[in-house]
Amino acid sequence: MASLSEKVQDVFNEPGCDKNQAKGEKERKKGCTKQLTPGAAAGGCAFDGAKIALQPITDVAHLVHGPIACEGNGWDNRGAKSSDSQLYRTGFTTDINELDVVYGAEKRLFKSVREILDKYDPPAIFVYQTCVTALIGDDIEAVCKAATAKFGKPIIPVNAPGFVGAKNLGNKLAGEALLEHVIGTEEPDFTTPYDINIIGEYNLAGELWQIKPLLDELGIRILACISGDAKYKEVAYSHRAKAAMMVCSKAMINVARKMEERYGIPFFEGSFYGIGDMSESLRQIATLLVQQGAPEDLLSRTEKVIFREETRAWEAINHYRKRLEGKKVLLITGGVKSWSVVSALQEGGMEIVGTSVKKSTAEDKEKIKELMGEDAHMFDDMRPRDMYAMLKESRADIMLSGGRSQFVALKVKMPWLDINQERHHAYAGYVGMVELVKRIDQALHHPIWEQVRKPAPWEASVETAAPNVTEARAA
Amino acid sequence: MMATVNTNHKACTVNPLKMSQPIGAALAFMGLNHCMPTLHGSQGCTSFGLVLFVRHFREMIPMQTTAMNEVTTILGGMENVEQAIMNIWERAKPDIIGLASTGLTETKGDDVDAYIQLIRAKHPEIADMAIVYVSTPDYVGAFQDGWSKAVVRIVQELAVPCSIKQLDRVNVLPGSHLTPGDLEEIREIVSAFGLAPVFIPDISGSLDGHIPDDFTPTTLGGTTIEELRTMGAARATIAIGEQMHAAAIELEMKTGVPYAMFDRLTGLEANDRLFQYLANLSGKPVPMKYRRQRSQLQDAMLDAHFFTGGKKVAIGAEPDLLWSLGSFAAEMGCELSVAITTTHSPSLEKLPTAEVLIGDLEDMETRAKDCDLLITHSHGRQMADRLQRPFLRLGLPIFDRLGTAHKVIVGYRGTRDLVFELGNIFMADEHEATPETLATLSQPVASELASGESSACTSGGGCPSCQSSADVAEPLNIEAKTNTEPQASLV
Repeated sequence: MASLSEKVQDVFNEPGCDKNQAKGEKERKKGCTKQLTPGAAAGGCAFDGAKIALQPITDVAHLVHGPIACEGNGWDNRGAKSSDSQLYRTGFTTDINELDVVYGAEKRLFKSVREILDKYDPPAIFVYQTCVTALIGDDIEAVCKAATAKFGKPIIPVNAPGFVGAKNLGNKLAGEALLEHVIGTEEPDFTTPYDINIIGEYNLAGELWQIKPLLDELGIRILACISGDAKYKEVAYSHRAKAAMMVCSKAMINVARKMEERYGIPFFEGSFYGIGDMSESLRQIATLLVQQGAPEDLLSRTEKVIFREETRAWEAINHYRKRLEGKKVLLITGGVKSWSVVSALQEGGMEIVGTSVKKSTAEDKEKIKELMGEDAHMFDDMRPRDMYAMLKESRADIMLSGGRSQFVALKVKMPWLDINQERHHAYAGYVGMVELVKRIDQALHHPIWEQVRKPAPWEASVETAAPNVTEARAA
Repeated sequence: MMATVNTNHKACTVNPLKMSQPIGAALAFMGLNHCMPTLHGSQGCTSFGLVLFVRHFREMIPMQTTAMNEVTTILGGMENVEQAIMNIWERAKPDIIGLASTGLTETKGDDVDAYIQLIRAKHPEIADMAIVYVSTPDYVGAFQDGWSKAVVRIVQELAVPCSIKQLDRVNVLPGSHLTPGDLEEIREIVSAFGLAPVFIPDISGSLDGHIPDDFTPTTLGGTTIEELRTMGAARATIAIGEQMHAAAIELEMKTGVPYAMFDRLTGLEANDRLFQYLANLSGKPVPMKYRRQRSQLQDAMLDAHFFTGGKKVAIGAEPDLLWSLGSFAAEMGCELSVAITTTHSPSLEKLPTAEVLIGDLEDMETRAKDCDLLITHSHGRQMADRLQRPFLRLGLPIFDRLGTAHKVIVGYRGTRDLVFELGNIFMADEHEATPETLATLSQPVASELASGESSACTSGGGCPSCQSSADVAEPLNIEAKTNTEPQASLV
């Protein structure tokens, strides 16, 4: 079993990542996460990233081994939806105390596993390592191995303590845990030539359900989504899929690539955001499946669906286009979401006055340039103060970002829309794109803006009185 | 009546009620003006806290991290603390940095007090910036302990004896269970007696949801550094909630300002004590406005008591909020059937119930099946769905309702509104009488009697009202089983 540091090196040495391959040997060893600046850092830790990646698996218990902070301060706070079990929303933690820190908390962890199995009987338990328990040397891999042997149920160690790095690394380490302990451990009842995996899609706000009906119509079966609305067994038998789509940029590229390597499942990188991207993704899925032996008529059937859906979506968006034409959007998000949302907004007639590329790869940046032109305003690390200035001076009409920065916009009385993981509305696929445009329209044309921007009457009278005073003086 | 205080015997916490100390400390620092609350830990420690507060207050939350990683943790966090302090100073020039440790850096054993001394010696340019450090390991205590310790440290670092007194000035030390709205209500009450209250800390200045004119990376509003340095000039200190007792004593010892403890400000008699105290202190009669409000509260209690009497209430809250709500519910004739809390406090055993359990929301759910009302923070929503019982959100976090910062449950007026809210919940949950319900209703005199007894019963067996706690045996069994298992493979 590889040590954590070896695993981190392995993840950093990802041949599927072009950005990584462009680096020298020494640089690569340092990894892909930028060294954080104390006192000027933001964003979640590796544990957070691992939890984000795996928690959407709905029927397992997610047990956090650590002090109360790691689970107690942030449980049940993600928008990943389930069509069935709600167990994934239950907060399980060993909540270690001072004595555990001194004597070790492995026994507490083992007992916790037993308690969960007795009370909730999940098909598997994911055990998450955290900083404190890693520091005191709790060997969660050994505990999980012992518990698996004892109870006859898979108890999966997820070794991504917060202090090894940022969220993105946690995503990848979570993927490693699946590759090592879950994928390939069960067999599906039957397979079809139309079985696919969707990797890196978390079913936030139920977005997967905006895609699934189209796949159903084409007879394409999602054998496993890793990990949105997934059941444990689906992930466990996902190695029998014929093709895969990797959704969220590089977050789980190690899963996609290693599944290709081990099980011969070809994959492509695509996005469900934006009409063009959605169609392209459907095409790619169909093409890959046909390459893998599915009947060729799938391609023409797919084109028919694409044509029908695009026509419908365009009609719906055109309705808003008049109202949104020329509106200036400030887009603050990371990675792949930047370019996929950029093209989507341009379809709605809007102008992107700036986008953040903090988490984007060189490839992502190229795609943005392709879409927005050479003089695209890309910000590597936009400070809240700069966003504030941009909005206050009306260089943008609306900001789309994650929940943390919403108040930068709202406090200057400018429209804002949540496009991050805590969002409540689903924006994927053709329907989702129409929904996004509708929400932007609603946000921009909401009746409150006029009211809240108007100064109080006494303040207004001071302002209008001011010129009179100067006039009087001049006279 | 004394309540027995027990800790659950489970290895695994399920659906946590508790949150950790460092973010309690961070919230206290958020009540200081031009302050940067900073956690000495990995970036996730800050990130989780930040997201939590953003969702609760729906405000911009200033909070930083020393961004510890595996290597810096092993080698010690001196450099990270130094870089964090200097970066924050360069970028934001705050008046105060509030630094709280975490489980990670406490496990390593970083001597942050010494670090700060060394950093100050090396960087004379930051001499004017106050740095308040508080030790708050995640694996000890809970949110309200972190708040309480942070305020003690604020007093220790910044209070000085003042020979010149401000005759109208009163320090108010509010517990973490009070909302910005509560603080405003208390400010109004104290001011009505011609006194000038200064809250330490004051989240009503920084987290009340106002729209500032400018952008600042630090807190905006809250207790100013000048107000903190002149705590010793006050005439008296009012501490609200048992968690503030230590800070009140500390302040009196350092500056000689005498304190008065108010364990809660929800309820008629609890507020009578405050108003009588303020009248004595100021030498002024209780203003007409508040005599009127008192009368309104009396009337509200009369109107509501039909609906609140005999109702079974389950509360999951931190000790001081539990004390406020539990005592108040009992005063309204409710039976405090289930009381779950997060950490120890002297007030727990005084609660009008048989048992107070330091536990989680799973404990609450197994015990509260036949309760008429569930009161806890937003994480109780899944439980309320499953049990199909009325659910009142109080505490922190509340992320699925608006206006939590302005919820007021203190003073005569706040208590009056809570009386109505409780009464309305019970009224809305009343079912239309049918032949069946009336038939079953004719019997429960027995259970009515038993519910009276249950307060005296501490064993958890025998009487019908204790039936619900039978489920508790389940985790205990597991514990027993596990103890007999050989675990050689683990050792």
